[in-house]
Amino acid sequence: MTLPTEHVRTYPRFIWDALGIATDGKFPFYAWMTALTAVFLVGVNAWAHQTVDGLALTALSDHVSWGMYIGNFTFAVGLAAGAVMMVIPAYLYKDHAMHDVVIVGEILAIAAIVVSLAFVNVDLGRIDRAWHLMPVVGRFHWPVSMLTWDVLVLGGYLLINLHVVGYLLYTRFLGQTPNPRWYVPFVFLSIVWAVSIHTVTAFLYSGLGGRPFWNTALLAPRFIVSAFVSGPAFIVLALQVVRRLTKFHVGDAPISTLVKILRVTVIINLFLVFSEVFTEFYTGGSHTAAAQYLYFGLHGHDALVPWIWTAIVFNITSAALFLSSSTRTHLWRVDIGCGLALVGLWIEKGIGLIVPGFIPSTLHEVIEYLPNRLEWKVTLGIWALGLMVFTIGLKVAIAVFTGRMRAAEPPASPTVEA
Amino acid sequence: MIDEDPTRRLALKAGGATLGAAAFARALAPLTEWKPTTSVDEFLQKHYKELDAAEMKEVLARLEQDTLEETGVSVSIADPRPLPGVRFAYALNLSICIGCRRCAEACHKENNHDRASHNSYIRVLEMEKGSLDLAKGNAHYTSPVPRKGKLYMPVQCHQCDNAPCVKVCPIEATWKEADGIVVVDYNWCIGCRYCEAACPYHARRFNWQKPEVPAEEINPDQAYLSNRLRPQGVMEKCTFCLHRTREGRFPACLEACPTGARVFGNVLDPQSEIRWVLENKRVFVLKEDVGTRPRFFYFFDE
Repeated sequence: MTLPTEHVRTYPRFIWDALGIATDGKFPFYAWMTALTAVFLVGVNAWAHQTVDGLALTALSDHVSWGMYIGNFTFAVGLAAGAVMMVIPAYLYKDHAMHDVVIVGEILAIAAIVVSLAFVNVDLGRIDRAWHLMPVVGRFHWPVSMLTWDVLVLGGYLLINLHVVGYLLYTRFLGQTPNPRWYVPFVFLSIVWAVSIHTVTAFLYSGLGGRPFWNTALLAPRFIVSAFVSGPAFIVLALQVVRRLTKFHVGDAPISTLVKILRVTVIINLFLVFSEVFTEFYTGGSHTAAAQYLYFGLHGHDALVPWIWTAIVFNITSAALFLSSSTRTHLWRVDIGCGLALVGLWIEKGIGLIVPGFIPSTLHEVIEYLPNRLEWKVTLGIWALGLMVFTIGLKVAIAVFTGRMRAAEPPASPTVEA
Repeated sequence: MIDEDPTRRLALKAGGATLGAAAFARALAPLTEWKPTTSVDEFLQKHYKELDAAEMKEVLARLEQDTLEETGVSVSIADPRPLPGVRFAYALNLSICIGCRRCAEACHKENNHDRASHNSYIRVLEMEKGSLDLAKGNAHYTSPVPRKGKLYMPVQCHQCDNAPCVKVCPIEATWKEADGIVVVDYNWCIGCRYCEAACPYHARRFNWQKPEVPAEEINPDQAYLSNRLRPQGVMEKCTFCLHRTREGRFPACLEACPTGARVFGNVLDPQSEIRWVLENKRVFVLKEDVGTRPRFFYFFDE
C-alpha cells in the first residue's frame, strides 16, 4: 500500500506520465490530433470574432433567439446521459465483459459534458459575466430557474465522472486494486445523475407555456430515450475503433449488449416521436403551426423540411438495421445503423427541436433560421475539442489498463503502443 | 513506433507545444479589440439590489462619464424608484387604434434604440376584423392605414404579474418592481436569452451588437433601469418608460398616439382613467390561457 504522504510524489508523477502518454503516439495519432486542433482553432477564432462584434455575426435574431449552439448543447447532454447505458449493465447487472470496458462510457460522459458546457458558453452574450451564474459568488436564481438546475446537474455529473475515472486510473497506475468504497457509491450516483441531466435539460424547454412546440410532457421521456440511442450508438463505434487501433481488449459481448439495448430504445424513440406527431396534427389549430413548419413548411417557408425528413429516414433505417442484423455476422450493418442514428438524432434533437420552438414566433411571425458559416465553425470547433478530450482520455486509460503506464519503473521489454 | 532518442522526442514535443500555443494565441487575437468593460469597477459591479445608495451614485456617475467619453454627449442617468401606493396598468382601445405605428416610432426615439435595426419595444399587428387569432396577423404591413376591414393591435411588454421571463432568469437579472414594472439590470445580464424564449408576447429584445445612436439623436434624459444606452450582449425590454412615469409623466408611446387609444395610469387611484376603463369597459388580456396575468389590457368601444 502507498502511504498517504506518498501521494504527494506519486500523484504529480501520474499527471506527468498521463501528459506524456497524451502527447505520444504513431503518425496516425499525431495526424488525428493535429487535424482536431486545426478545426478547434478555426472555431476558437470564429468565437473570438463573435465575442468582439456580438452575436449579430450569427444567423440568430429576436425571432429565433436560440439555434445551432443550443441545439448541439441539447444533443451533447444526451450523449453524456447515454453513456450510462454502459454503466448500468456493468454495475447493476454485474456484466463482467461490460465492466472491463465501462471506462470508455465514463470518459465519453466527461467529453460530452465538456462539449455541452462549451456550447452554452459560446451562446452567452456576455461571457465576461459568466461568473454571475456560479452558485454563491453570483446570484443564483435557484430553485425557480431551470437553468440553475442545469448548472448544478451538469457540473455535478462532470465532477462525479472525473472522480470515478480519475480514481480508477490512479489506483491502477499505482498497481493497486481500487477500493469499491471510494468509487462504487459514486457510480450508482452517476446513474441517477445521468437521468437527471437530461430530464432537467428537457424541463428547460417543456416548462415554457408560451412555446407550444416544447410545452409537452413527452419532451423529457423523449430526451431520455433518444439519449439511450445516441449514447450506445456512439460507444459501439468507439469500441470498434479502440479494438482495431489499440491493444486494449474489447470482446464481442459488450458490443452485443449495447446493440440489444439499441434495438429496444430505437423503437421506443420512434414510437414517442410518432405519438407527438399524431397529437400535433390530429388536434390541428394554431398549436400545430410549429410542427407544420418543421415537417411540411408553413406559408411557403420550409427551411427545416429537408433536415427533419433526413432525420426520419435515418432513424427508421437505423431501427431496421439494428433489428435485422446480427452483431456476429453483420456488424458492419449495425455500424451503419449507429452512424445513421447519431446523425438522425443530432438533427431531431438539435436544429429540429430548438428552431421550430421559435417558428412561428409568439406573435405568429414566420422568420426562418439556418446556421451560418460562423456558427458552423464554432460548432465544429467545439466537437473537435470534445473528440480531443475523448481521445486523450481513452489513450491514458488504455495505457493504464494495458500496463504501459505504471508507477513502478517500466519493464525493459519494448513498450506496447497504445 | 517509439522514438529511439528520448531527447529528440522531447524536443519535438516542445516544438509542437510551442507551435500549438502560438496558433492558439493567433486564433484568439481578435479578443484584443474586445472592450466589454471599461473598468475593474464595472466588471465587479454588484447586482442592482445589492448596491447601496452611495455605490449606486458612483455607478451612475461612472455610466454618465462613459457615455460622455464614448459619444461626446452629456446625459443624466437617474435611478427613480417605484412610488409608494402606485401600481401601473396600461389599456389599449382597439376600436380606435389606426395602426399608424407612431407609438413604435416614439418608443424608438425615447428609449435610445439602435437606429440601423429600427428597434422598438412595440410591434403592431394588422389583423382581420372579426378574429383575434394572431396567426392571421401581419406585423409587416406597408399599405396606408387604417385599411377597411382591418384591426390594429399594438403589442409590447405586458408587465405580467406572473412573468415567465422573471421566473426563468438564472441570475435574477430581471425582476418585477413594486409598481408592477418588469426591469432588467443591463450590467448584470449575461445574455443567455432564456427570458426571450420564455416570453409569450415577443416583448424582449437582445442586443446582438452594440446599439448605435447618432450623438445628436441621443435622448439625454435617462434612467439606469430603462432607456440608457445599452451594452452589447444583454437583454432589454419595455419599462413603461419608468424614467418618465415614475416622475408623473406618461409613457412616450401614449403621448405619441394621435387617436387617444392608449390609457395609462395608477390602478390604485380610484379617480384614474385607467381605473375607469378597467371597471367600465369589456377588457381582455392577450393569451390569458398561458397564465401570465398581464398588466396590459385591450378593450373595444361599443
